[in-house]
Amino acid sequence: MAADAAAVETGPPIRRARLRLSGFFWRRPWLRAAGLLTPPLAAFLVVYVGALGVLFISSLWTSNSFTSEIEHTWTLANYRTIFSTANPYLHIAGFTLEMAAAVTLTCAVLAFPLAFFMARVAGKRARALFFVMVLLPLWSSYLVRLYAWQTILAHNGAINWALNGLGLPDQSLAYTNTAMWIVYTYVWLPFMVLPIYAALERIPDSYLEASADLGARGWRTFRSVILPLALPGVVAGSLFTFALTLGDYITPILVGGPNSQMIGNYVYENFATNLPFAAALAVIPMAIMGAYLLIARRLGAFEAL
Amino acid sequence: MRRIRKRQIFAVGVVVAIATAFAVSAATVQAGSGLPTSIGKGEGHLNVIEWDAYTDPSFAKKFEKQTGCIIHRKNAGSSQEMFALMHANGGGGGGQYDLVSASGDASLRLIYAHDVKPINIKLIPSWKEFLPQFKSPPHNTVNGVHYGVSVQWGPNTFIYNTKKVKPAPTNWSLLYSKKYAGHITIPNNPIQIADAALYLEKTKPSLGIKDPYELTQAQLNATVQLLKRQKPNLKRFWNYAADEDTSFKNGDVWLGAGWPYQTLQLKANHVPVQEIVPKPTTGWADTWMLASRAPHPNCAYKWMKYVTTPKVEAKQALVFGETPVNPKACPYMNKIQKGSCAGYHLNEPASYYKTIKFWKTPIPQCGWTKKQTCMDYNAWVQAWAQVTG
Repeated sequence: MAADAAAVETGPPIRRARLRLSGFFWRRPWLRAAGLLTPPLAAFLVVYVGALGVLFISSLWTSNSFTSEIEHTWTLANYRTIFSTANPYLHIAGFTLEMAAAVTLTCAVLAFPLAFFMARVAGKRARALFFVMVLLPLWSSYLVRLYAWQTILAHNGAINWALNGLGLPDQSLAYTNTAMWIVYTYVWLPFMVLPIYAALERIPDSYLEASADLGARGWRTFRSVILPLALPGVVAGSLFTFALTLGDYITPILVGGPNSQMIGNYVYENFATNLPFAAALAVIPMAIMGAYLLIARRLGAFEAL
Repeated sequence: MRRIRKRQIFAVGVVVAIATAFAVSAATVQAGSGLPTSIGKGEGHLNVIEWDAYTDPSFAKKFEKQTGCIIHRKNAGSSQEMFALMHANGGGGGGQYDLVSASGDASLRLIYAHDVKPINIKLIPSWKEFLPQFKSPPHNTVNGVHYGVSVQWGPNTFIYNTKKVKPAPTNWSLLYSKKYAGHITIPNNPIQIADAALYLEKTKPSLGIKDPYELTQAQLNATVQLLKRQKPNLKRFWNYAADEDTSFKNGDVWLGAGWPYQTLQLKANHVPVQEIVPKPTTGWADTWMLASRAPHPNCAYKWMKYVTTPKVEAKQALVFGETPVNPKACPYMNKIQKGSCAGYHLNEPASYYKTIKFWKTPIPQCGWTKKQTCMDYNAWVQAWAQVTG
């Protein structure tokens, strides 16, 4: 203490100032915490929550169809348009929801065994190899992967080539909802594998031994011990796959067919000329995600993140 | 004391600078109309929002050398994107962009949203040589005020695979029939409604369609019904020209609506396609429009002057696969590529142009009747969602 005080009095001016400053913060821990947290918190509130608030507010306005200027009169007209059964938007929202659910389910089914193998069976080297394999697709751009799938699924693409080689007839997969489902499952799979892996890896070996000691066989242990403990990981992964599918509009454009338009496509189509309506459309996936997050929290997903 | 004086000097400086800026800009502005009467010295830069290749280096390099205006390009993939870019950051090009190569389905929207401003057409000498249809077309000239200069145009064409579609089509009807169900593509663009309306104008005269861009509620509904019946026969909607090319190339699509540009690309890739220009058809005409907050107006005028000269018109037409608005480009086209002037219909009689209904933004005023209102562009977007949703 005395030495410190001496340093403050005698050291070079910069060092003295620094020490005095650190002393100032050391004596006021709340100020230190506030100083550290204010920038990220402000960014979160202004950029994130603020933007969502503005989005919601502008969805209650209308736009002048002549000049595309926003007219600041409060109205629920946009929501009436969306919820009117004469319009296709509810149907589109339903389709988007179905696609997100199908993709999430498929990803979970495919990712679980893979993550299980990586976390509990594979050796150190094999595990590293699997990590590289799972993450490798993320190294290339999302667009590049979509265009690659466009050629794979095409009439004269790799899939039909392989089928013909096996003596099977052509499949017209290109530009269908099935094509979209395959592509989404492929592009979002890593986002499901990693949280499940994290959850499985955390299960202590002793639990499995205890289960075996109590006479449970493999299936019983899986059902009663592993699955409940891994479930938060699955739900956490599903948050990613679900949200990513819900907001996407590029895959429908590039690999989708005439019935593949999702909410994002209509947000894109309206945002230049009818911003308030686009905002109202964008509120739908937000509401769906909000509900989904509430359910996910119940299932303990946030403990696995 | 010293500090205050410094601040005062600074304030005076700012006022003087602003006043000078006003004086300078006022010097080039005509007192009455607010239009410039001459093109001043280039500002060194030109920022454009363009269709790909609309400032292709093959003809833009020379301009940059001559004028010292270096071109910075922002590609837009659709009219929607073009409008959004111009309308962003406070509109008028956001104080960033000078020119936009808007098509007829976006140009009126840009005018009414005040994103573009009037130009003095007298500063573009080639304008006098233009085909009469493109001097003051309704999609870029409102009440005699020019909001830009026409640059190129083209018809919307029927593209088909010659090995699969036999006999060769002669009109649009195949797109609305079941004969090639599952192999058809059309653009994903609300303006496509006009194509269906044009088809109904002929096949269902009882609807009384007079102009495919000025539809009443009943006419729009009938058009949506036709498009809904067409949809099960579609392979896909195409969003970008390259997507249509891909579908033709990989054999998923055999026939569809497109532009000469796609046919050109496909033929270059040895895909067995042909195009026809059914009569009547819709078409597009593009305009270089001046952003209302353009930071480099002199370079913008210089470009509009340069790009409409016959030689440059010919070059651009053949790079992109479209038709000049300046008929004097004809011999230059033939010089670059034999027979291309006739190939791109630049030597047609006036009656030919009447068969092409050029894109224009749908607005509430019907041109053909005062008794009814027509459906505006937002209504078209909603109607299009009914088709694609």
